[in-house]
Amino acid sequence: MSDAIATRGATTAAQTSIGRVAPWGVWIAAGLLLAGLPLVFRSGTALTMLSLMGIAIIFALSYNMLLGQTGMLSFGHAVYYGLGAYFSVHAINWAIAAKLPIPLLLMPLAGGFAGLLFAVLFGWVSTKRSGTAFAMISLGLAELVGSSSLILRSFFGGEEGVTTNRTKLLRLFDWNFGPQIQVYYLIAAWCLLSIALMYALTRTPFGRMCNAVRDNSERAQFVGYNPQVVRFIAFCLSGMFAGIAGGLASINFELANSALFSAVQSGNVLLATFIGGAGHFVGPILGAVLVTYLQNMLSDVTEVWQLYFGLMFIATVMYAPGGLAGLIMMHGPIWRAGALSKLLLAYAVLLVPIALVAVGAVLVIEMMTHLGVKAAEGTTMKMAGITFDARSWLAWALALILLLAGGGLARLAWHRVAAAWDRAQGVAREKGLTI
Amino acid sequence: MAELILISTLNGVLYGLLLFLMASGLTLIFSMMGVLNFAHASFYMLGAFLGFQISRWAGFWMALIVAPVLVGLAGAVVERFGLRNVHRHGHVAELLFTFGLAFVIEELVQIVWGKSPVDFRTPALLDFPAFTVFATNYPAYKLFMLVISIAIFVGLFVMLTRTRIGLIVQAALTHPHMVAHLGHNVPFVFMSVFGVGAALAGIAGVIAGPALVTQSSMAALLGPILFVVVVVGGLGSLQGALFASLLIGLLQTFAISINLSLSDIFAGSGFTPEPNTLLGDLWRVSVAQIAPILPYVLLILVLIFKPTGLFGNRET
Repeated sequence: MSDAIATRGATTAAQTSIGRVAPWGVWIAAGLLLAGLPLVFRSGTALTMLSLMGIAIIFALSYNMLLGQTGMLSFGHAVYYGLGAYFSVHAINWAIAAKLPIPLLLMPLAGGFAGLLFAVLFGWVSTKRSGTAFAMISLGLAELVGSSSLILRSFFGGEEGVTTNRTKLLRLFDWNFGPQIQVYYLIAAWCLLSIALMYALTRTPFGRMCNAVRDNSERAQFVGYNPQVVRFIAFCLSGMFAGIAGGLASINFELANSALFSAVQSGNVLLATFIGGAGHFVGPILGAVLVTYLQNMLSDVTEVWQLYFGLMFIATVMYAPGGLAGLIMMHGPIWRAGALSKLLLAYAVLLVPIALVAVGAVLVIEMMTHLGVKAAEGTTMKMAGITFDARSWLAWALALILLLAGGGLARLAWHRVAAAWDRAQGVAREKGLTI
Repeated sequence: MAELILISTLNGVLYGLLLFLMASGLTLIFSMMGVLNFAHASFYMLGAFLGFQISRWAGFWMALIVAPVLVGLAGAVVERFGLRNVHRHGHVAELLFTFGLAFVIEELVQIVWGKSPVDFRTPALLDFPAFTVFATNYPAYKLFMLVISIAIFVGLFVMLTRTRIGLIVQAALTHPHMVAHLGHNVPFVFMSVFGVGAALAGIAGVIAGPALVTQSSMAALLGPILFVVVVVGGLGSLQGALFASLLIGLLQTFAISINLSLSDIFAGSGFTPEPNTLLGDLWRVSVAQIAPILPYVLLILVLIFKPTGLFGNRET
């Protein structure tokens, strides 16, 4: 026992000495990574995707200030994203028309200001309630703003939206922001700044109060804080960062239209945040990167990519509610105890039946798609280089066998994984790395 | 004017009752499990599409019986194998599960039936004008929808308040542990209520399919309105759901038929704001144009002035 305490003491001491260097090290590394990425991924599509990822990261992190930090489920976060985009576009157009010496670099601030303003307004109504009622109000507000944007044509530009020209503003260092690479660096800079600010916020007493309100709002009230006020402030700040993300999106596309307010936009940020993991700060970053990548890549491979997306989301909710980040973080103590390798072996065994199930499911979905939507193209289809008839009983039988056999084997392998997990956990416990 | 009021009232009540068919299941499920089923409107859509498919094979009347049963079974399966497993992760996880489910059902419907509307026709037996008021023919099918909705409403009311099953369901709402101790299978009751709720949405889908448009976006269009109904009525209150359904049904149908704008009302004042300004837009927009946003305005007003909803008695 005293050994365990001694070891734990030693690790804590070691961690604090790393802790003094690590925070700055992480930020410098992140900065270098963002600066260096375009040197590795040079193609135009890669650069566009990197820009989109940067925007998605800010948006998802701002969303997680609500969902993960304060425990508020919103179905209408796109409202502040969209309004941020519109205000940025109008600010740019206004600055061009009035010949004001404002560089493009500062324009996302207009979006952030709009996001903050409307979050104050709408948050005042919606943060009076929490839980399910809050979720429903956020949905209602999103519909309200989305429909209003089509009525107020002078500001929102109707169906076509409002366009702008990002190159016409005051130039700094001879950058006109015409080429995508310059826009990427603009987005990367804002992304790093926003991540740092949002991370710093989680370290303040206010960030801790948000967590307290999330975990037990009644107790937070007993400590002397008003949960409603905490929710309101979190909501406003979250709206501000969403507005910055929207502003960057409008600079990236040189356009703001009513699609920015759509339920799809609000749904996507929820999906990205949750798949990445709402419980950890890095979760939404992982989720935003993964979801943006999949959206761009899967849509080239299959027409029904959104279905795969939805299934992935349901699987996350059912089996890994901590998301990707949660799954990774779970293994921290085991890795430090040096017990990870045996566990990985068990995972590898589990991976085989899961792959079988996945192949079976993909086969069923693609054959259904072929017989349904694409019926006009005939029943012959091609997958992984093999041409076959989507109506042949052989293909369907194969798919069903894959699904059933994979499912059965997965159950068996799951027991092995559970046993291996318990053993690894035991090792970590002995070394005093987990409770 | 009298014609407009009469026809709008009939249509409004009809739309309101359709909303109630769905809202009743939604609010029952909510009071029982504490989860607002995001996929409820998807069951309505599933009912419409299954109804369309079955009516092609076996006629409309068969579809009216079989489709809701299938939708109800689908609902029961979702509860048994999905929601029940997610339950231990809390209400947010449950809500997210149904959110993902709505997403997946919409995609599946698009895969099978495509994105464009399908040709779901009213049955020949009911394809005639029932009566003529002033110059408007009122279709017999709408009358049939009205009768079915009222019959189900009465049936549901009687079952919940007058029968033993209703007694157990009501008891399980408030005291699930006590009901379980008395020897009732509470998880089975939950599953059944979820299934019956889904089946009610399925019936609404089958009878609304021919009258409205049967397409893959119908769930996404109706879903938010449905949530407005249950929140405005008060989460978990059946009477509230009925009142709010009728209120929103009438509000929307009347608003659509009024083609007035501020500029018409103040035509005599001589004040005309510049076009292409915010005020100009607001000045010229007609009541019919803002009809789609009225339910949400109502939602926000209700939440400001009576946060529990009109008939609700609990904060959530």
